[in-house]
Amino acid sequence: MKKHVLRPLWVAIFLVGSILIARVFLVPDDFGVHGDSFTYNFYRLSNVQEWKDFPAKYTSEKRCRRCHDENAGLLRESKHAKLRCQNCHGPGAGHPKEIERLSINTTRDHCLRCHQRLAYPSSQRADLPGIDGAKHKKKKECRKCHNPHHPDLEDM
Amino acid sequence: MSCSRREFLKNTMAGAVAAAMPACSVILLAPGEAKAMTDGSKLRWAFLVDTEKCVGCGLCVDACKTENEIPYDAPVSRTWVERYVITKDGETHIDSPKAGRDGFTTGEIRGEEIDPEDIDKAFFVPKLCNQCDNPPCVQVCPVGATYQTDDGVVLVDRKWCIGCGYCVMACPYGVRFFHPIHKTAEKCNFCYHRITDGKQAACVQACPFEARKMGNLRDPEDPVTKVISNERVQVLKDEYGTKPHVFYLGLDEKVR
Ligand code: HEC
Ligand code: HEC
Ligand code: HEC
Ligand code: HEC
Repeated sequence: MKKHVLRPLWVAIFLVGSILIARVFLVPDDFGVHGDSFTYNFYRLSNVQEWKDFPAKYTSEKRCRRCHDENAGLLRESKHAKLRCQNCHGPGAGHPKEIERLSINTTRDHCLRCHQRLAYPSSQRADLPGIDGAKHKKKKECRKCHNPHHPDLEDM
Repeated sequence: MSCSRREFLKNTMAGAVAAAMPACSVILLAPGEAKAMTDGSKLRWAFLVDTEKCVGCGLCVDACKTENEIPYDAPVSRTWVERYVITKDGETHIDSPKAGRDGFTTGEIRGEEIDPEDIDKAFFVPKLCNQCDNPPCVQVCPVGATYQTDDGVVLVDRKWCIGCGYCVMACPYGVRFFHPIHKTAEKCNFCYHRITDGKQAACVQACPFEARKMGNLRDPEDPVTKVISNERVQVLKDEYGTKPHVFYLGLDEKVR
């Protein structure tokens, strides 16, 4: 065959070859089809473990009770019994070892998430005790009058 | 061009066999797929949202962002809560300020004050990734960076994602977005690190009203599975054929 035909052919073969060799090094061993479907199960297997190792921030609520028995007991006997400690105190993993004390959300807005009155028929929001945040004892934090761990009005 | 009878018959046979081959291979695959559907795996995660119980406090969104390291003030979220207000004139007003992260502390919707007298019905709908059985987002990924695990959860490989955005476009539920820090596709993964470790997903744990629950569809004794199989549940956009696995109780027809 003529030279001008062979030369680009060699270049093409070299390019394809080097891409195939590079592929061997770049594609991890565990990349491939792991399951029944080429469409949905084509992936790098070790990524599943990477996601499993993602650090959790929220911890079991039972833990809180062991040390903060007083708050927990008070809450459990109140109308706020449904609420979780970490709703108002943020994620508790690593507390108290690494994080000495947890945050305390004392803003009015935080209580108003549930207590701003929205008269919505067909929603349980309408059944929560509601106030108008713009009018009810403005500017004062709710905890000054209501105990967040025991908000029951009859015990106020 | 000449063609003897023998040659004609030979070619016709060969053609018929060749045409039948692809159909054969599809049929041969099916039993394997069917097996995977029935007893291949002992675990298939499903989510149950009870819209009747949701009060729109947004604590689920707040917990999700913190748990999954989604920048708190960025306008993206793995889960969000929508408010639907349907007025007597038949209009549907929908909003989800900051994805519902701070709850709904005013009756105003998109700057519009709505007279409570005019409201026919109003409710909240939490949304998240549906972990579809036929995930279109996975189908379109050109590099195999997103996939379905054997327990049905769709994950994104952050090291492998090239950020092309096909999956963001492909998802009919709009649950995918770009992570502002990693610059890769991001979505709810049912808190895979928590559920595989025996914990509840962050949003499920954060919800004081039990509007969000999770269970294993392969376990007939699972309380969530019992609700899904015995009660009237709905999924979003069933007509797309994606087989979503987030089931809704009390969903209104207006919810899209
Ligand atoms: C091993 C015991 C222990 C556990 C478990 C524990 N805490 Fe604490 N917590 C402490 C200690 C000790 C302090 C520091 C008290 C201090 O310095 O006044 C503290 C402080 C706090 C504070 C701040 C109090 C303040 O006055 O600033 C909050 C809020 C809190 N914990 C909430 C929680 C919650 C919510 C949980 C569950 C996720 C929890 N704790 C689990 C021991 C514990
Ligand atoms: C509705 C929100 C809310 C919930 C739920 C809640 N707290 Fe609190 N917590 C507060 C607020 C607000 C304060 C600050 C009270 C104050 O300054 O008077 C506080 C204070 C505390 C303190 C500081 C010391 C004290 O007694 O004032 C601890 C410890 C604490 N909470 C633990 C818990 C634990 C444990 C739980 C779960 C059993 C819990 N909290 C649930 C809102 C909450
Ligand atoms: C100055 C003290 C004070 C402050 C601050 C205050 N409250 Fe009250 N709140 C009261 C008193 C007193 C009542 C009972 C009588 C009434 O309804 O006014 C009450 C009643 C309520 C009720 C029951 C309403 C009903 O009809 O059942 C809720 C809910 C409530 N408050 C929530 C809040 C929230 C949320 C905040 C913060 C945004 C807050 N309060 C701040 C004093 C206060
Ligand atoms: C996650 C939603 C939620 C949040 C946040 C919340 N509450 Fe409540 N609150 C409730 C529920 C639920 C009840 C009980 C309703 C019932 O049983 O009638 C309640 C009841 C109350 C009551 C009325 C008790 C009575 O006797 O009628 C007061 C007052 C109150 N909460 C104050 C607060 C304050 C102050 C905060 C902020 C520290 C707060 N709540 C945060 C859900 C919430």
